[in-house]
Amino acid sequence: MEREIDWVLIKDIISCIFILFGVCIMLIASIGLLRFPDFYIRMSAITKGATLGLGMILLGMGIYFNQPGVLLKVIAIMVFTSITAPVAAHVIGRAAVQNKIPFWEKTNLKEFQEYMAKEHLEQSVNHDKYTVEETTRQKDVDGAADIE
Amino acid sequence: MSIFQITLIIAMIMLSICLLLTAIRFAIGPTLPDRVTAFDLFVANVIGIIVIYTELTHNEDFIDVAMILSLFGFLGSISFAYYIIRVTK
Repeated sequence: MEREIDWVLIKDIISCIFILFGVCIMLIASIGLLRFPDFYIRMSAITKGATLGLGMILLGMGIYFNQPGVLLKVIAIMVFTSITAPVAAHVIGRAAVQNKIPFWEKTNLKEFQEYMAKEHLEQSVNHDKYTVEETTRQKDVDGAADIE
Repeated sequence: MSIFQITLIIAMIMLSICLLLTAIRFAIGPTLPDRVTAFDLFVANVIGIIVIYTELTHNEDFIDVAMILSLFGFLGSISFAYYIIRVTK
């Protein structure tokens, strides 16, 4: 018994599965952003979750439209998101470490503190390394404040 | 109304719940980097909503809006990070 296979329905169902999977991952990422105890853990949660969830939603849309132009734009957005999200998270994490945003009390910070002590990075916390004159002036001001 | 449209509307409701949770974190976030990362997730949620709206209306022109919005979200995060590095103390 031969039956006509409804390819449009199959395409719609595959697209639905991808979209629901991506939306569930984005919901998990949002709950993680709300519930996690620390800035750094929250940032890791939403970087991974939002990238994967957005990729799944976009892939569902590319399967649904079934055209080369739309698929090209979808792949462009996916590549751009997966390149730029870790870079943005890294830059914001560096800014947070330089501004001494507190860690969670259960975080294992031994290796991080050893690295900071070995590389003498405590001195470079909280100033801009590209303007040397301004930082030296700031150190002079700090020394004057200590003397007073 | 087909099963596909019902699924898309369910997905849109779930993304709206995501936006609400992100807005709560944006309001109570203790520090400025928390708010910047919440803004990042905000932009990702809005891109997802635009994609699902594109599928609901069968209008392919909105994909360009999603592309531009992903670019501007990255630029916003980077510029806020450099603002944090330069301004505080």
